[in-house]
Amino acid sequence: MDDIRFLDFEKDYLELKTKLDELKDMAVSKNIDMEDEIRGLEARVADFKAEKYQGLTAWQKYQMARHPDRPTTLDYIQALFEDFIELHGDRCFGDDPAVVGGLAWLEEMPVTIIGHQKGKDTKQNLERNFGCPSPEGFRKACRLMKQAEKFGRPLITFVDTQGAYPGVEAEERGQGWAIAQNLLLMSSLQVPTVSVIIGEGGSGGALALGVADRVLMLSYSVYAVISPQGCASILYRDARRANEVAEHLKMTAPELKALGLIDEVISEPLEGAHRDQESTYREVKARLLFNLRELKNQDVGELVEQRYERLRKIGIFNE
Amino acid sequence: MLDIFNRKQKKKYVTLPVHADDLSSLTVPAVKRCPRCGERTQQEDLNQNLKVCPRCEYHYPLSAGERVWMITDENSFEEFDAELAAADPLGFPGYAEKAAQAREETGLNEAVVTGRATINGYPVVLAVMDNRFMMGSMGSVVGEKVVRALERAGEERLPVIMLTASGGARMQEGMISLMQMAKTSAAVERFSRQGLLYIVVLTHPTTGGVTASFATLGDIILTEPGTMIGFAGPRVIEQTIGQKVPTGFQQAEFFLEHGMIDRIVHRREMKELLGKLVALHSTGG
Repeated sequence: MDDIRFLDFEKDYLELKTKLDELKDMAVSKNIDMEDEIRGLEARVADFKAEKYQGLTAWQKYQMARHPDRPTTLDYIQALFEDFIELHGDRCFGDDPAVVGGLAWLEEMPVTIIGHQKGKDTKQNLERNFGCPSPEGFRKACRLMKQAEKFGRPLITFVDTQGAYPGVEAEERGQGWAIAQNLLLMSSLQVPTVSVIIGEGGSGGALALGVADRVLMLSYSVYAVISPQGCASILYRDARRANEVAEHLKMTAPELKALGLIDEVISEPLEGAHRDQESTYREVKARLLFNLRELKNQDVGELVEQRYERLRKIGIFNE
Repeated sequence: MLDIFNRKQKKKYVTLPVHADDLSSLTVPAVKRCPRCGERTQQEDLNQNLKVCPRCEYHYPLSAGERVWMITDENSFEEFDAELAAADPLGFPGYAEKAAQAREETGLNEAVVTGRATINGYPVVLAVMDNRFMMGSMGSVVGEKVVRALERAGEERLPVIMLTASGGARMQEGMISLMQMAKTSAAVERFSRQGLLYIVVLTHPTTGGVTASFATLGDIILTEPGTMIGFAGPRVIEQTIGQKVPTGFQQAEFFLEHGMIDRIVHRREMKELLGKLVALHSTGG
């Protein structure tokens, strides 16, 4: 249990699970027949697990979405694609390590892949700027999207950021301008596009890679206009009320599906994508293939028209 | 619908019941103190000067109505979609009350006013945001009105003049607000593809999701002196980098220097410049 990083609310479940493992070890090492006890405990663990993870609150899902062991863009790239070739730089100013992009095969299809990249430890996070893009990251993405369009390659994006980097340099190089350009481009890109929210979808910095024909979202991922802490600070001048605000923001995958803002919820293993990565990769790959094959059969002009119509309809107001 | 130089200001003139010969001494006009240089100016003089400080040229904030009045030909403005009002799609605590209060205080239904007008005789479609309405935040109504304005301008082949002022996406509508960034940007793309002119005037302050969508997609981007512009606000940046931001950071002059905007335009010259720009694009290309 020492080597896994767990969230506060998981502690009792993981303790129970450890006990089960110990019991099993003991049965083997001491050669005692404890089958009944083990079976009993196994049933209890299973019930406990189901109860625990099926009833996660929005705030708990937010923590899951930000779990340091959660698979990142590069993990998905490695697991789902063949022959990934990373391409660097925005051709203007620099290369932003918080955004990765490149080319690869997804089964029979050459594709362009772009995603936010978080680190898994402090060192990596410093290198990746915690997955918070600067304008160069968005401009690199913009360049690779146009390249995808030129060669008629489908575009896949992985969204996982707490938001665009709020810093002096980012502002002076036009953070807002860079995001806006991507929104405009993605709304009209003449190739099939699929976006997968794999972790945290933080506001404009997430949306700047997230406009697509199909938006898929892992079941414990979150996507919000503002972080629950930020919202609680504004609303109640108290960031500690983030857990209650998380419910109001409707930031979880099922809620966003119900609002019609995403297309599909991809089920994760109960304990989260990071605890059973292989099955997560299989599932994500299957959904990507299904959606892309379907989109590739459509006329691209119609596709762009449908993409626009979908965006056009978003909004609830009184008239 | 729009009350130009709204009544609230008039209430600041306190008139006492006095004999006619005492009138001048006892009618007390409100005096405005410039937040930048401290200069005191009588409200009436300030209005005459388009609410620009006569000493330091500080541009006071304006309502949407005042901005319409300032840049269009007299009585040419005809409003679109004035009846659109915020719903409360997420049942967000306090939202309905806040929106109602904003409507009451501003006399506006939402944070943007759109319509048709002429500038020096040239017809245009106009969208003007008003920061007093929930900090000019963009929810469903702002997104929808902006898109409808672009669509109507496209149908009528008119230029669009967009005056922004916003604190960003309206958090009370959650992801529906965030998606307005994509919706408005997509609408700008469609409009632009028709070869039509889209001019943005960034007014004080323009930040957040509006900066990161339709506000920075103009063919030409103008702003007034001293306008605060940005994606992240200075407070958020200070918290992130753990130090004070430099003086003048995120002001219009800063962004001109960094190549992000085309021109800084004095309020007095705004209408004339807009008229010239529209004229330059009026030959059908």
